[in-house]
Amino acid sequence: MKLLYKNVDKEGEGTVGLIAEEPEDMWHAYNLISEGDSVRSTTIRKVQSESATGSSTSNRVRTTLTICVESIDFDTQACVLRLKGRNVEENQYVKMGAYHTLDLELNRKFSLKKQEWDSIALERVDMACDPTQNADVAAVIMQEGLAHVCLITASMTLIRAKIDVNIPRKRKGFVQQHEKGLTKFYDNVMQAILRHVNFDIVKCVLIASPGFVRDQFYEYMFQTAIKTDNKLLLENKSKFMLVHSSSGFKHSLKEVLQDSAVINKMSDTKAAGEVKALENFYTMLQCEPAKAFYGKKHVEKACEAQAIETLLISDNLFRCSDVALRKEYVKLVDMAREAGGEVKIFSSMHISGEQLDQLTGIAAILRFPMPELDEEDESDTEN
Amino acid sequence: MSRHRNVRSMNYSDEYDGYDDVYGHSVEDDYCMSPSEAAFMYDREGKSKQKMGAFFQTVTDIAEENEGELESKENSLSEVDRARLESCIEQIKQTIGSSVPRQDLVNILLMYNFNIEKSINFILDNPQYKDVKLPEKKDKVPVLSKDSEVSSVKVVTPGPKTTNVTKGFDLAQKEANRLNVTPRSQSPASGRGTPINIQPSSEQNDDVKNFKQKDNKTDVVTQYKKERGGSKEHLYMVVIGHVDAGKSTLMGHLLCSLGQVNQKTMHKYEQESRKLGKQSFMYAWVLDETGEERNRGITMDVGKSQFETDTKLVTLLDAPGHKDFIPNMISGAGQADVALLVVDATRGEFETGFDYGGQTREHALLVRSLGVSQLAVAINKLDTVSWSQERFNEITQKLKVFLKQAGFKENDVAFVPCSGLTGQNLVEKPTENELLTWYNGPCLINVIDNFRSPDRPISKPFRHSINDIFKGTGSGFCVSGRIETGSLSTGDRVLVCPSKELATVKALAIEEVSQQIAFAGDQVSVTLSGIEMQNVSIGYILCDPQNPVQVASKFQARIVVFNVTVPITKGFPVVIHHQSLVEPAVISKLISQLNKSTGEVIKKHPRCLGNNSSAMVEIQVSRPIALEVYSDCKELGRIMIRVGGVTIAAGLITKVILSTN
Repeated sequence: MKLLYKNVDKEGEGTVGLIAEEPEDMWHAYNLISEGDSVRSTTIRKVQSESATGSSTSNRVRTTLTICVESIDFDTQACVLRLKGRNVEENQYVKMGAYHTLDLELNRKFSLKKQEWDSIALERVDMACDPTQNADVAAVIMQEGLAHVCLITASMTLIRAKIDVNIPRKRKGFVQQHEKGLTKFYDNVMQAILRHVNFDIVKCVLIASPGFVRDQFYEYMFQTAIKTDNKLLLENKSKFMLVHSSSGFKHSLKEVLQDSAVINKMSDTKAAGEVKALENFYTMLQCEPAKAFYGKKHVEKACEAQAIETLLISDNLFRCSDVALRKEYVKLVDMAREAGGEVKIFSSMHISGEQLDQLTGIAAILRFPMPELDEEDESDTEN
Repeated sequence: MSRHRNVRSMNYSDEYDGYDDVYGHSVEDDYCMSPSEAAFMYDREGKSKQKMGAFFQTVTDIAEENEGELESKENSLSEVDRARLESCIEQIKQTIGSSVPRQDLVNILLMYNFNIEKSINFILDNPQYKDVKLPEKKDKVPVLSKDSEVSSVKVVTPGPKTTNVTKGFDLAQKEANRLNVTPRSQSPASGRGTPINIQPSSEQNDDVKNFKQKDNKTDVVTQYKKERGGSKEHLYMVVIGHVDAGKSTLMGHLLCSLGQVNQKTMHKYEQESRKLGKQSFMYAWVLDETGEERNRGITMDVGKSQFETDTKLVTLLDAPGHKDFIPNMISGAGQADVALLVVDATRGEFETGFDYGGQTREHALLVRSLGVSQLAVAINKLDTVSWSQERFNEITQKLKVFLKQAGFKENDVAFVPCSGLTGQNLVEKPTENELLTWYNGPCLINVIDNFRSPDRPISKPFRHSINDIFKGTGSGFCVSGRIETGSLSTGDRVLVCPSKELATVKALAIEEVSQQIAFAGDQVSVTLSGIEMQNVSIGYILCDPQNPVQVASKFQARIVVFNVTVPITKGFPVVIHHQSLVEPAVISKLISQLNKSTGEVIKKHPRCLGNNSSAMVEIQVSRPIALEVYSDCKELGRIMIRVGGVTIAAGLITKVILSTN
C-alpha cells in the first residue's frame, strides 16, 4: 500500500489517500473502511441518456465518485473489495443520493474520509504501508489423500487449492491400487503447486505432513521435474522445506509455523508471531489459569485493574458495524497500551486468528493473577 | 375413490413403524390413544370430510354402496339442524372423548333429537360402546400402553430387514383386510371404539402380523445361526503397541508358525530382506506389503490377515505403532473386538514406549475408548533380557496399574512372555530353559483362543462404516469396512450417508469369499452400484434406508480429557475421529464440567478444561457427518479427539443438534 497523503486533524477527522498495490492491500482496506465512511475513487458507471426524441442510449463512462459506504463485501479468494453506498458529491453523470457500487482497483488512487480516525485505524495504515513486512510463503499441508496448498502473506492465509483424493488402502495382493492412487494424488498436488505458487514472489515453500508423505512427495516431485525437464521447479529446489505436521488439515498450519526451522527462515512474519502469542496464552491458561483471561467482560475487568501484559485481539472485532462497540474495543486497546501492555492485533485471515475468533476474539495474558470471575452469564458465552 | 378412502381412513397408529414392529403387546394397546392425541385427531377430522371414514365404523358388514344413502341422512338436514348437530357432537366429544364414531353420534343425536345428555347416557349404557369411558378413567391408559410398548421393545429390537420385508409384504395384506373388514380402516378419530363384534378379526389380523414379524425377526437370527452356527466364531483382533515393539514381526511369525504363509514366500522374504540388510524384518514383511513400509521397516497402514485357533477364526489387524500413523491405527482399532498390546521388554525400550509421549499408553487408552474391553499383553523380546522373570514382573506390575486406570478389568487382561523373532511361546510351549523355570502359563495362541467373542447386534438396524474404497473386479466399485449393527444381503438397497444417496448392493465378500448375507461384526467388501465412486469417501456410513443414521454437523458429547499440554477452551480446533472418518472440528461450546466418576455438574460454562477432567461439550464439524447417539448405537456414538498428533480426549455423543435450516 502506498500512502499519498494524510490529513487528519486533532479530533481525528480527516482524509487519507492511498493506492493499493497488492491483493493483500485490499485486505487492509477492508479492515480500514467501515460503514459510514466516505470513499472517493475512480470507477465505471453505466449512464443512460435520453435524447430529445425519447430514445435512450446507455454508455459506460469512467468517472470519479464519492460514496458514503453502506455495505462492504470482501472476497477472500480473489481479494476484491466491493463497497456499496450513496453518492454524496454531485457529478455530471450521477445524482446526489444515487446508489453506486465501487470496486476498489489495484494501482488506482482512492481516498478515505472518516469522521474519526482512531488509533487502530491509523496503525493499520502504517502497517499496510510498511514494505518490510512482506514475506510471502507458500505452504503445502498434506496427508495421504488430502492436501491444502496455501499462500501465507503478512496478514492473510489464503487456501489456493484443496486436493481430496481417495486412496485405496493396502490390501493383500492389491498393493498396486494403493500405489497408483498415491501417485495420482502426488501428481495433483504438484500441479496445484505449479499453478498457484508464483516462484518470483514466494520466498519459501513449506511442505508439511505427518509420516513420510512429505519425503515421498518431494522425491516424486523432483523426479517428475527431471523427467519432464521442468526448469521452474528445478531452479527453485532450494526454496522447498520439509516440515512435520500432525495432519493435512488447515489448522495444522499452526504447528508448521511453530517449527523452529520455519521461524528462522521466515524470521519476522506476522503469522508466526501470532501463533506464538496464542500458544503463550494457552500455556498460561494451563499453568496459571488466573493469569489468562478471555472474553470481553473478563478482559475488561483485567484492563481496569491494569493487569494486562499482552492483549490478543482479533481484527474481526474492529470490523463490526456497531460504532459504539468498536469504540469500546478501541478504548480497551488504548487503555492496555497506556498501562504498558503489549497489544497484538490478530488477522482473522490467519489460522491463529480464526482460533482466536472462536475464542470470543479477545484474550489477555495478565501480569498478576486475578480472581476468576464466576458471574459469567449466558450472553457472554453465547457470542 | 376407494383407494383414496383407504389412505384417508387409515388408522395411523397402525401404519406407524414403531408399533408395527413390536410384537407381544395387546391389541388394545394398539388402538388406545391418549386424550391429547384424541383431541388432535378430532381436529383433523373436523377439517377433512370425515363422514366416509366414520361410515365404515358403524356399518361393519355393509358394502360401500350405502355410503350415499347414509351421507344423505345427514345432508338432508336443514342448515340450522346441521349446525346444531355439529355443536352437539362437539360437546359430546368433549365429555367422552372422540372414541365413538361420528356417524354413530349423528344417528344417536338424531334419535334423541339433539339431547346431549340422553345421547351420552345412551352411549355409556350401550354395550357396543363399552370401551367408552369418561375421560378421567381413561387417563391411565396411555401410560400403561407406553409401558407395555417399552417393555416389548426391550424384548425384541426390531430388525432392519424385518421392517423392510414386512412393509412390502404386509401392506398388501392390510389392504386386503381393509377391503372386506371395514373396522380396520376406521377413521383415525375412533381410536378405541372398535365394535366388539369384529374385534376377533382384527385381533387375528394382528396375530398374523405379529407372527409375521416374529418370523422375520427370528429370521435374521436363525439365518445367522444357520450360516455361522457350524463354523468357528469370528474374532477381530487389533495388535497395538509402541513403534518397534515388534508387532508386525510377532504376528508375522505367528502366521508363519500356523502355516498361513507358505515356505516359498517366506524364503523369498528372507532373501530379500537380507539383501536390504534388514533380515530381522523378514517376518514383518508378511504384513507390511508396500515398498515404502518394507524399506523403512515400519508399518504405516493397518495390515490385515487371518488365522484359525482351536475355537476361533481370528482376523488380525496389525496397527502401525508410529505416532504419525495413529489415525490409521484408530480406524483399525475401531473395527476390532479385542486387542493385543505388544510391549518391548528390552531395557530402556519399554520405558520410552511407556513414558509420556510413548504410544503404549496412548494406544491402550485409545482401544479402551473405542470399546475394546479385553486385552492381552505380549511382553515381547524377552530373549534380549535373557528371559528374566524380574523384568517380566516389573513390566507386568507397571502395566497392571496403568491398565486398571485406563478402565480394563483385571480379569480381562492377560500377560504372556514371548519373543517374536525367535518364536518362543507363540504357538507351542516354550523350549527355552530360562523361561521354563518360571513360566508355565498358556502360550500366545491359547490366550487369543481364550478371548470371548462379543455379542453381535444383528437385530439392530443396518449400519456399515466405510473404511476403504477401491475398484473391484467387474463393474461397480467396492467399499470395505465393518458392519457395525444389523445384517446385509445382496440386492439390498442401502443409503449412503451423509451424502444421502441410494445404492444397491451387488455383491458381498468376506475375505475375498463372496457371500449372500453378512452380519454385524463382519468385515465385508460391498460392491455397490447406482452411485458414483467420487461421491463416496472414507468414513461414510451405509445404512438402512428405512432406518437411516442421523446426519448433522453439530453435536453434544461427553468427553474425558486425557493428558493435555494446553487446556481445551471454547473454539479449540481439533481433529475428530469417528469410525474411519477423520474430520477437522471445533469445540464450539463448553457446556459444563462434570465430576469424572459421578457425572455431576461441577461447573457450568467452564473457561477451560484441564488434565483428566470430564465435560459436556458442543462440537461443530466443518461439514455434516453421519453419526448416532451413543445410547442408540454404541459403535457410531464414539469419538476420539486429537490435536497436533496427540489424542487429547475421548467422547460419547449424547445429543445430535440438527441445524435449523
